Amino acid sequence: MQWETVIGLEVHAQLSTESKIFSGASTAFGAAPNAEACTVDLALPGVLPVLNRGAVERAIRFGLAVGAKINSPSIFARKNYFYPDLPKGYQISQYELPVVEGGHIQLQIVQDGKEQEKTVRLVRAHLEEDAGKSLHEDFQGMSGIDLNRAGTPLLEIVSEPDMRSSAEAVAYAKTLHTLVRWIGICDGNMQEGSFRCDANVSVRPQGSEKLGTRCEIKNLNSFRFLEKAIDYEARRQIEILEDGGAIQQQTRLFDPEKGETRAMRSKEDAQDYRYFPDPDLLPLEISGSWIEEVKKELPELPQQMRSRFEHDYGLSMYDALALTADRDNSEYYEAVAGKLSSDPKLCANWVMGEVSAYLNNEGKSFDVCPLSPAQLAQLLLRIKDGTISGKIAKDVFRQMWEQASAESISWKNRKEVDESLADRIIESQGLRQISDSSALEKLVQEVLTANPKSVEEFKAGKEKAFNALVGQVMKAARGKANPAQVNEILRKKLTE
Amino acid sequence: MSLSLDDVKRVANLARIEISEDEACRTLTQLSGIFGLIEQMQAVDTSAITPMSHAQDVMQRLRADAVTEIDQRELFQSVAPQVEAGLYLVPKVIE
Repeated sequence: MQWETVIGLEVHAQLSTESKIFSGASTAFGAAPNAEACTVDLALPGVLPVLNRGAVERAIRFGLAVGAKINSPSIFARKNYFYPDLPKGYQISQYELPVVEGGHIQLQIVQDGKEQEKTVRLVRAHLEEDAGKSLHEDFQGMSGIDLNRAGTPLLEIVSEPDMRSSAEAVAYAKTLHTLVRWIGICDGNMQEGSFRCDANVSVRPQGSEKLGTRCEIKNLNSFRFLEKAIDYEARRQIEILEDGGAIQQQTRLFDPEKGETRAMRSKEDAQDYRYFPDPDLLPLEISGSWIEEVKKELPELPQQMRSRFEHDYGLSMYDALALTADRDNSEYYEAVAGKLSSDPKLCANWVMGEVSAYLNNEGKSFDVCPLSPAQLAQLLLRIKDGTISGKIAKDVFRQMWEQASAESISWKNRKEVDESLADRIIESQGLRQISDSSALEKLVQEVLTANPKSVEEFKAGKEKAFNALVGQVMKAARGKANPAQVNEILRKKLTE
Repeated sequence: MSLSLDDVKRVANLARIEISEDEACRTLTQLSGIFGLIEQMQAVDTSAITPMSHAQDVMQRLRADAVTEIDQRELFQSVAPQVEAGLYLVPKVIE
């Protein structure tokens, strides 16, 4: 039987506020244990939560970016369960009337060279507080509790079960990850747990409309784990069904070391959270004028920018996707393409190629790129006007990078840009291409005289020998000859 | 809707409240009375009425996103039964 995997994702995005969602304690990562846990976060008697405007504002921003409905009033609810890192005995979350309802995410998937588009619908996105952390080792039969994370604002984004493969789920998670950083609501740091995924996975016979029993896989904190966990889980469920068994609805954990999922708790002992509206918090009203204000400040979204790049610059979906991976990347590209409007594709190749590679190598992002877009554009102009070859350009680029890095100023902070950097390197090292045809002809002749064997082979019909001769000429010219010109002269001389 | 003794015990367990058999029976009678009232109320036609989520007809006030708390860990931990390395210690729990 052919099986179809059905996946829905719940993503917890930690909102990038300065202070917590219901208290004035700091949310900065990496503080000493409990240094950022105030009376509200500790749930001392008599304290009351006061909602952070910044957290609500970020939720609205997200809602607008995904074309969702912003609910007003929106209601906070208590989700009751007992765990020591949740001192109140309940988590303040939302149940009925979440801030964000509906909406959708548009995916572009490039797989095996094929470009596909897909829409994933969202159910909702609601505000809630994070719990603290429990440490179970090193305390001789006791657990250590750090409540710094307690009360950190989260936006839980819930999708419909619209994905059909781990590749689609990863594409969705990546698109969402780009979006939340793009609109500045979450730093997206997965190592620090700022962006965590839970996957709901079920399988059903191909063509069936009815959803199978699902399992929820918790806390997947990398895209690779998300993919592996879904693939493993789908295989596990198919095996059970093919052996005539039934799927138990379960919460499961992914073990990255073994590459498998294992049961955490089954439905029988599943939590009954007994949600009810939190009497400590009044209904949240979001006025139309507030929504308008947020809308005005919303940047051009990655989706819109991608189609603009495809349209205006004639880029492929693949290129447009790569260049809109984050706002700094797209801003850098647009600055280069603005300087060299005659060849946006060449600009794209270099920004995605050399610049990205050098930045990656140094663990940097585009906002702190040492080389200015104008300097790169000048180098690319020299490729276009035939002053240097693409190969030599890479060498010039390396030197430009080194010189620019030595000043340790990022391009955005540079007051004066030395646009002639590429030209100076080219001139001072005599890297200009030999385009004088008489000089080239002389070189070609020398190579032909020195390689009679290759000449003979070519005349006997071996095309390979021709390439060998081109290589010899390029070598003699120390890479500075124009390959097209060399080809032409060589062929002319050989057929004379 | 009729409530069973098992329901009462389950809810008590979820709420981590220890109750005796006797208390459970009394609670069952009391809760059943409340459910009776709810049943009566549910017979009323409320289709044109917006659900009330709070007793007061006012909206939530918001605070500006600013850090206003300072580190008072030492003070807070002075009343904690057991602390170590800045952590609150509790009987071991592993889910």
